Amino acid sequence: MSVAGFEVEVDRGSGLETEEMTLNMGPQHPSTHGVLRFVVKADGEVMRRAVPDIGYLHRSIEKISEKVGYHGFMPYTDRVDYVAAMFCNQGWGMVTEKLAGIEVPKRGEYCRVIAAELNRISSHLLAVGTMILDIGAITPFFHAFREREKINDLLEELCGARLTYNYMRVGGVAWDLPPGYEEKVLAFLNQLEPMLDEHYDLVSENTLFRGRAASVATISAETAISYNLVGPNLRASGVRYDVRRDEPYSVYPELEFDVPVGTGMAGEVGDSFDRYYLRVQEIRESVKILRQCFQQIPDGPVVAKVPRKLKPPAGDAQIRVESARGDMSWYAVSDGSEFPYRCKVRTGSFAAMSIIEEISQGLMLADLVTVIASLDIVAPEVDR
Amino acid sequence: MLQQFLDSLIADGVFGGLPRDIVYLIGMAAAGALVVFGFVLNVAGVTTFVERRVWARIQSRVGPNRVGPQGILQWLADGIKLLMKEEVIPFAADARLFKLAPFIVTIGFIAAFVAMPFSSVLIVADLNLGILYITAMTSLVVVGIMVAGWASNNKWSLIGGIRAAAQIVSYEIPAALSIFTVILVTGTLSMQGIIQQQGWGPWDWFIFHSPFTFVGFFITFISLLAEGNRTPFDLPEAESELVAGFVTEYSGARYLFFFLVEWGNLYVISAILVTLFLGGWQAPPIPVISDSAVGRNVLEFLTFFLKSYFGVVLMMWIRATLPRTRVDQLMTTCWKYLLPIAFFNFMGTALWVLVFPEGFRFAEILLTAVGFGLLGYFAYRVAFHLRRSGAQITLSPLS
Amino acid sequence: MDATEIFERLRAQFSDKIVSVDAEAVDPSAVVEGDAIVDVCKFLRDTEDLRCNVLTNQTGVDYKEDGYIEVVYHLYSYTHRHYAILKVRTPRDQGTIPSVESVWKAANWLEREIYDLLGVRFSSHSDLRRILMPEDWVGHPLRKDFVEPTEYHGISTTRESLLR
Repeated sequence: MSVAGFEVEVDRGSGLETEEMTLNMGPQHPSTHGVLRFVVKADGEVMRRAVPDIGYLHRSIEKISEKVGYHGFMPYTDRVDYVAAMFCNQGWGMVTEKLAGIEVPKRGEYCRVIAAELNRISSHLLAVGTMILDIGAITPFFHAFREREKINDLLEELCGARLTYNYMRVGGVAWDLPPGYEEKVLAFLNQLEPMLDEHYDLVSENTLFRGRAASVATISAETAISYNLVGPNLRASGVRYDVRRDEPYSVYPELEFDVPVGTGMAGEVGDSFDRYYLRVQEIRESVKILRQCFQQIPDGPVVAKVPRKLKPPAGDAQIRVESARGDMSWYAVSDGSEFPYRCKVRTGSFAAMSIIEEISQGLMLADLVTVIASLDIVAPEVDR
Repeated sequence: MLQQFLDSLIADGVFGGLPRDIVYLIGMAAAGALVVFGFVLNVAGVTTFVERRVWARIQSRVGPNRVGPQGILQWLADGIKLLMKEEVIPFAADARLFKLAPFIVTIGFIAAFVAMPFSSVLIVADLNLGILYITAMTSLVVVGIMVAGWASNNKWSLIGGIRAAAQIVSYEIPAALSIFTVILVTGTLSMQGIIQQQGWGPWDWFIFHSPFTFVGFFITFISLLAEGNRTPFDLPEAESELVAGFVTEYSGARYLFFFLVEWGNLYVISAILVTLFLGGWQAPPIPVISDSAVGRNVLEFLTFFLKSYFGVVLMMWIRATLPRTRVDQLMTTCWKYLLPIAFFNFMGTALWVLVFPEGFRFAEILLTAVGFGLLGYFAYRVAFHLRRSGAQITLSPLS
Repeated sequence: MDATEIFERLRAQFSDKIVSVDAEAVDPSAVVEGDAIVDVCKFLRDTEDLRCNVLTNQTGVDYKEDGYIEVVYHLYSYTHRHYAILKVRTPRDQGTIPSVESVWKAANWLEREIYDLLGVRFSSHSDLRRILMPEDWVGHPLRKDFVEPTEYHGISTTRESLLR
């Protein structure tokens, strides 16, 4: 019998031998955060192997880019990662600007950073909330989503959409900040911070939660780098690397923020708890960045003059954006026409997904859920 | 009481020439039906509604508020909806067992109400081994769950069923040992007997009888939570891991039965705890009301019901707050911690009863003070968190 | 170390295996002979002052007019914070490149994706199967001459226009 490409032996012994059980987790399963599938070989409650099977959400976004032109592709990038669409917008904008040599006005860059950091908070809230939900606590999830809802409202005011923003343009952003936006965002941030304290006491200090997440699926720094794990997952393994700080883009050099790394505060460095807690810390850093942005934002135009039919010179370019799920690498090839010749996005979840098979060996069945959630895998980002 | 009532009816010739035993049977069936339809189903149903509203408050939501005033009839609508839904029986399932399982579960749950003392006279049958009977009957639920898990022919259901079996069987032991600490003190298994030896004041409750029963209360509470498949021990139906565990393949009315048992069990668990440790129906004497038998019984019933329902709400609160344990942690908790402590408690209580056959008033008062001190500290922490988060509190249950 | 220096080092080490270096482009890159790619990558990863310890991206581009598929390797060094971009050209039909899975485990899935979408084979790859498309899909969608099948297992892939 063949399941997802590997042979399954069914041995009906006469004595008391035990058999491994093949479990099919997904494509429809409450905790796969989208349409993912795992083929799990389990010995009772212990997993021997968990093989991810992806492709259920493949929408051929890279192929679409070859047909719609540089400006026209922007709304499609939203769908690469619909939980953190701003970063995909920004990535596509940046790679096109690099190809065509377009300079973004200062205010436009600040608008981008404000939108992106708001989106990072909302994405991390979702990651943290759903991880707790997968571990079995329901209330912290609702608390996280209540705050996320407020960000959705803020972003809706900014760009008219709550999920697929299509806010950025090649050369800047679509609209300037609406009047009174600063007050609204700051009011939100002021009430978010005490909520994070409460969240810490409710979840991070919770013994049951620590028992479920600490020392589960530890990823060493070497493994993480070899698998090209990026963003919070990499930093949780103790590698202090953030594209925003180490390969600065946009206006991040003008902003001050820390890059937290995993410390193994509940177990080992690089365990599920570190990955979870790192995201909570990053929310605080984003709050810091947002406050600085509103102090420093200059006046001026928000979008550069870009021809409607953009024809970048032939060549290729790659850029990296620190998305909510880590270093998102965009590679685009231009042949001098108005359509991109080839576009490729390498996302954080793709790498995170490929590591699951290695780290899931010998864990309990319930831990697979923790692992998926702690790696913050968003299915559309894996398949694109 | 029922027997006297039936005897008087027979003496009046209401049943004609029917044999005495058959009259008793009819009488018990009628009383059973009254309890089941008049109380059990309603309590279980209303509990689903209450839980949803309590959760909603905890989670800053509104909750169901459309069906009837403040959504009070939501549980009826849900029940009717589930009854009218198509029942899907998987093709590969063992159809007979699949159909049978919900009824085994329901029998185990409803039979527990037979020995449930609602007041000094309101009890279907005051069995002389009451608490043992209830423990045995609630354990019947596990048989149903295992049958359901097996018959569904679904690997997730099977894992859920096996988890349930391992969990309930394991936690039965510390639960039973802790229940026996109370039996050691009372010397009777009868539910009424246990309650009659307690008083209405907290210092007369068995929870504060000795340090051992004090610890025993918490062990019983944890163990019964685990037996009732409640968070943090809801592994058999862990929705994020096992889809829905043993109920994955169920739909319609059969699903309703599992639903009913899960929420009804909350009340059973609380009622056991209240009976054993929290003074049961013992109500303070109120001059006018307590004089008449009816008034006294109503008062006792209300006391018992409110105490039990407080436990139910407590369990809802726990479920809304805590995450779920993992199966190995669950077993470790039981076998490495709860069981030795429960055993130590058991021996300790035996010693205590030997040294202080009539109880030790000073310890009772002291433990009561400690108990209320803990509650006070808890309230203080709650106040601190409220102040820090600056959260807005709406005390009104209305939305 | 900037890109030109890295490519100088590569030329010194591998001389004729480095086909060409494009130092003037937006992102400087070097074209490497296919059979030397594993050695070049190992050299880049293991040499102390190069230390390109991560494969951030690997993808393929189909240059139909020129008759080859170019596989692009984006290497990055967490230690020294520099990039190295390598390109390997392979014929469009039956192109085979040695797999760099032994150098970086990240290459496993990235190469599967290139195989799936562009049809480049990777020799000594541990598990070369389709990853995004169904196992029985015909063709490689990101090739420029790919024609979408009209149906897949009886499911039509075209949709009637609602504006008829």
